[in-house]
Amino acid sequence: MMLTILILLPLVGAVVTAFVPGALARLVGLGFAAATLLAGVVTATRYSVGGGMQLTETHVWIESLGVHYALGVDGLGLLMVLLTVVLVPIVLLAGWKESDEPGNSGAKAFFAWTLALEAMSLAVFTATDVLLFYVVFEATLIPAYFLIGGFGRAGRGRAATKFLIYQLAGGLIMLASVIGLYVVSADAGNPSFLISDLAAIDIDPITQRWLFAGFFIAFAIKAPMFPVHTWLADTTEKATTGTSVLLVCILDKIGTFGMLRFCLGLLPDASQWATPVVVVLALVSIIYGALVAIGQDDVLRLIGLTSLSHFGFIVLGIFVFSSTGSAGAILYMVNHGIATALMFLVAGFLIRRTGTASIREMGGVEKAAPVLAGFFLVGGLAAAGLPGLSPFVSEMMVIIAAFDHHWLVGSVAVLAIVLAAFYALWMYQRTMTGPGREGAAVVPDLDRREVGILAPLLLALVLFGFYPMPLLDVINPFVQDSLASVGIGQEGGPQ
Amino acid sequence: MNLLSQSVLRAAEGTEIPVVAPDAGAGGVFDLLWLVIALPLLGAFLLLGVAPFLKGSPKAALDKHGHLLGTATSVSSFVLSLVLFVSLLGRGEEERQVGQQLWTWFETATISVGMDLLYDPLAALFLLLITGVGSLIHVYAIGYMEHDPRRRRFFGYLNLFVAAMLTLILSANFVGLFLGWEGVGLASYLLIGFWQHKPSAAAAAKKAFVINRVGDIGLSLAIALMFATFGTTDFAAVSEVAGEADQGTLNALGLLLLLGACGKSAQVPLQAWLLDAMEGPTPVSALIHAATMVTAGVYLVVRSNFIYELTPVAQTAVVVVATVTLLWGAILGCAKDDIKKALAGSTMSQIGYMMLAAGLGPAGYPYAIFHLLTHGFFKANMFLGAGSVMHGMNDDVDMRHYGALRKAMPVTFLTFAMGYLAIIGFPGFSGFWSKDRIIETALAENLFVGLLALLGAGITAFYMTRLMLMTFFTEKRWAQDVHPHESPKVMTFPLIVLAALSVLGGVLLLGDWIKTWLEPVTGTVEHHEPPLPALVITLIITAVVAIGVAAAWFLVGRREIPREAPQDVSFATRAARADLYGDAINDAVVVRPGASLVGGLATFDRVGVDGAVEGGSAAVGGLSSTLRRVQNGFVRSYALSLLAGALLVVLALLAVNLG
Repeated sequence: MMLTILILLPLVGAVVTAFVPGALARLVGLGFAAATLLAGVVTATRYSVGGGMQLTETHVWIESLGVHYALGVDGLGLLMVLLTVVLVPIVLLAGWKESDEPGNSGAKAFFAWTLALEAMSLAVFTATDVLLFYVVFEATLIPAYFLIGGFGRAGRGRAATKFLIYQLAGGLIMLASVIGLYVVSADAGNPSFLISDLAAIDIDPITQRWLFAGFFIAFAIKAPMFPVHTWLADTTEKATTGTSVLLVCILDKIGTFGMLRFCLGLLPDASQWATPVVVVLALVSIIYGALVAIGQDDVLRLIGLTSLSHFGFIVLGIFVFSSTGSAGAILYMVNHGIATALMFLVAGFLIRRTGTASIREMGGVEKAAPVLAGFFLVGGLAAAGLPGLSPFVSEMMVIIAAFDHHWLVGSVAVLAIVLAAFYALWMYQRTMTGPGREGAAVVPDLDRREVGILAPLLLALVLFGFYPMPLLDVINPFVQDSLASVGIGQEGGPQ
Repeated sequence: MNLLSQSVLRAAEGTEIPVVAPDAGAGGVFDLLWLVIALPLLGAFLLLGVAPFLKGSPKAALDKHGHLLGTATSVSSFVLSLVLFVSLLGRGEEERQVGQQLWTWFETATISVGMDLLYDPLAALFLLLITGVGSLIHVYAIGYMEHDPRRRRFFGYLNLFVAAMLTLILSANFVGLFLGWEGVGLASYLLIGFWQHKPSAAAAAKKAFVINRVGDIGLSLAIALMFATFGTTDFAAVSEVAGEADQGTLNALGLLLLLGACGKSAQVPLQAWLLDAMEGPTPVSALIHAATMVTAGVYLVVRSNFIYELTPVAQTAVVVVATVTLLWGAILGCAKDDIKKALAGSTMSQIGYMMLAAGLGPAGYPYAIFHLLTHGFFKANMFLGAGSVMHGMNDDVDMRHYGALRKAMPVTFLTFAMGYLAIIGFPGFSGFWSKDRIIETALAENLFVGLLALLGAGITAFYMTRLMLMTFFTEKRWAQDVHPHESPKVMTFPLIVLAALSVLGGVLLLGDWIKTWLEPVTGTVEHHEPPLPALVITLIITAVVAIGVAAAWFLVGRREIPREAPQDVSFATRAARADLYGDAINDAVVVRPGASLVGGLATFDRVGVDGAVEGGSAAVGGLSSTLRRVQNGFVRSYALSLLAGALLVVLALLAVNLG
């Protein structure tokens, strides 16, 4: 029941928030988000570090189709759940005033849709039935669409449509594979959508490849990867930064989550077969994303594109098939969530003060707002993989594993550390340093609410930068299970 | 081929991979090793992480007295380092390696990285240098930064630097070293750009960090290669099994580590950031960009001696880079009128000497470290002296506006003169002993390199004499409103201490003490006979130095120095003024092509990739009409019906499949 409660709390919260009087909506919404956070923490305490699917619930949903309402968490799912329940209250607090400003659809709508998105995301991360996964996977698009379209800057409607069409296209392609899986299981004599049942079937290699293609394309759009990433920059540019946190830090993780759960979990042979192509795409994403980020003038577009580079690292870590690579990739998913949330939110606070997101129109902010500048710098350095901040550990692990896979792969990936330093520090240089623009209004420093929103993220970056073992203790058993299912023990990779 | 699996398989076959850091039975005072790092880290945390969020009187107190807190943590760390050093002295030679395992940093099924410390004779010397010179510079900065409104923050950054530098030195593995390595890079970035309202300072800070990151590619890949080959990066473990790796791997490791060292130590071709780094406040230039951080590359090579010993290719590369840099830096030093930049060129050059010694193998390691220490004393001394001069000259850095300052600033002059005599290698002064040994060793190993190092000594004498003459001698060329005065005691006290060390630093060589001391780390010295008796070599070096001094006297001291730099100068002078076109080369090779690439890609991403995807989907599914509807306001209903349609398709397809 624990997981059902976890999903229902924000779902109920969304409905209640939508119907309470406007003045109460924010408090009620935040209350439900806090309750969900608590439920997430309770879930974590009930989870025993050791691997395997836990806290499972299975109810037959459509018997003739073998569809189940089936939930469960393993190490991967648990971390994604925790990331979600921690980030949502932070996003709500960040949108406290902004969502109510003229031009936006109102705080009530923002809070309700955010909670709805949280519920759907939690369902995605805990679903252990493929059709259930598919339904909630598609259902995340509804709140996401309204969050992008209802809040943010001019041109957001077009961005929302683009987002939706990309995601729908991916969803439809995946649907073909979902149905294909069902056919396979029906042929095997036991029609079922349960992941555990499907994993037990020995699917022939050619079929695997077709099914893999469907899942992978959908997840590559979601993640996103080159060349199906162009919805990302448009969306992050137009949406509010709170929405961007929900999309990039939580929703996009479904892409890499899905790769681990479905591509590796159910289609191991095809995953290994596709490795050369995927590794090249990941490398292109890493380098291309960083280079394009350097060339941006819009702060939010720039931050969005850095994620293209970071998702390249995550996918690379997954597809080199080693315990260090997979563990690094999953740790990267958590770290990227924290670091990018910090970056987006502080950029949001900055833009509300300067009235522009254009880098070339800013300058000298540090003089008047040193605390804001400090957070901005730490966010940039985290993106650049500075040791001492958590993304370093995961990036180093992926580079180590990639190098081990093939020295050339590691050597290309590592170029990102120069490019990332450049985009982060060049952005900082142009926005924060210098004498400031003449005639520009003095930028006030962060207030207490804003510091309170950012501080937990900063503390997490430092804590996990020096002591990521609590996370790795959850990740490592999952990785061993996962690699064993691909047919790789801890002894090494595919020969 | 999978190298990691090989190493793990090897472990499975019974070949033990050593994983335990050396531990000669830590205990007593050595249990406090971590505190050496923790003290300045605490200072940085309070000054940077806590103070900005305080209100009222606690905040005011930290703003007003934060510099004392920062200095206190640094001094405490020095006292502790001193106690540790004495304790280590008291141990037998075999027991002079103390490990401390703090916690597991990260771990997977195949690799494990610990936050482990290693205190040995090499680390011990560095600890004294970093905390000792560091504390003196903290004291100096109390005076130097007195009127800066952000003084608290300055001391926070200084503490952060000291903590990171100590981490670099005390780490027992390469990943921990990298943590410190990047930490000092961050502190350097923050301090170069401390006056970040100046666009030049902000740009210099970024340049330093990014060029260092190019070097970090080398260090990162070296770490990855070590994991792939040995399954670990612990110094002790790698040194045990390094011999089992194939030659190609060892060559690659040596060259990758050298790339890292080049970035941090401003060696050619990654030298271009150091002169710009002089934008930082002068105490920073003294501590980070002269005495400590920039020597980390030398430390890296000496620490990795177990790798370099096995790869003559990489050793040769170190020698080549070092020799080029020691001349490169010296030439820059001859042409600069900015006193700090002249000193920075000199720093490059002197680190070249250290690198050269490190590249010569076990015979050179002790002298690399010896010169590193003496240089730490006399260069910090001279940078602080330059700061004192600037303090008296309204922050003017142009030596063409100085002249005859020895009377106005007697203490600064006398202490600076000690540093000057040390760096040119005046007999008896610290630099004399250390540089003499390096040139002598170089001559014994490779005559050509040795002669170039000898030439470098002559050039050093020339540019330092030029600097000395233009600043303290010759006629007054001061601007009208300048009234030079001696600096306050809080600034001259560190000068006096450092001047004493510059004079007396040579005692470390008494009875070959430093050689014996470092032997457990750097290995036994195989003795090569120099081509000439040592005394003759010493006399030749001294003669070359004398020629350099005399040349400066005739070319600078006896002539009138114009207040503006003459423009009708030879090509050589123009080239040296332009940093031997280091920036021009970087611009042509990296910056301009890079800018075009980035600009092109950004456009390509919007027009090309996005256009192709949109165009393609338009051809298939009528996206363009959808987008037209965006403008017409139908978007919401349209998109939602699409979503609903998709969900319907699910059910429809399922139904079809059922039938």
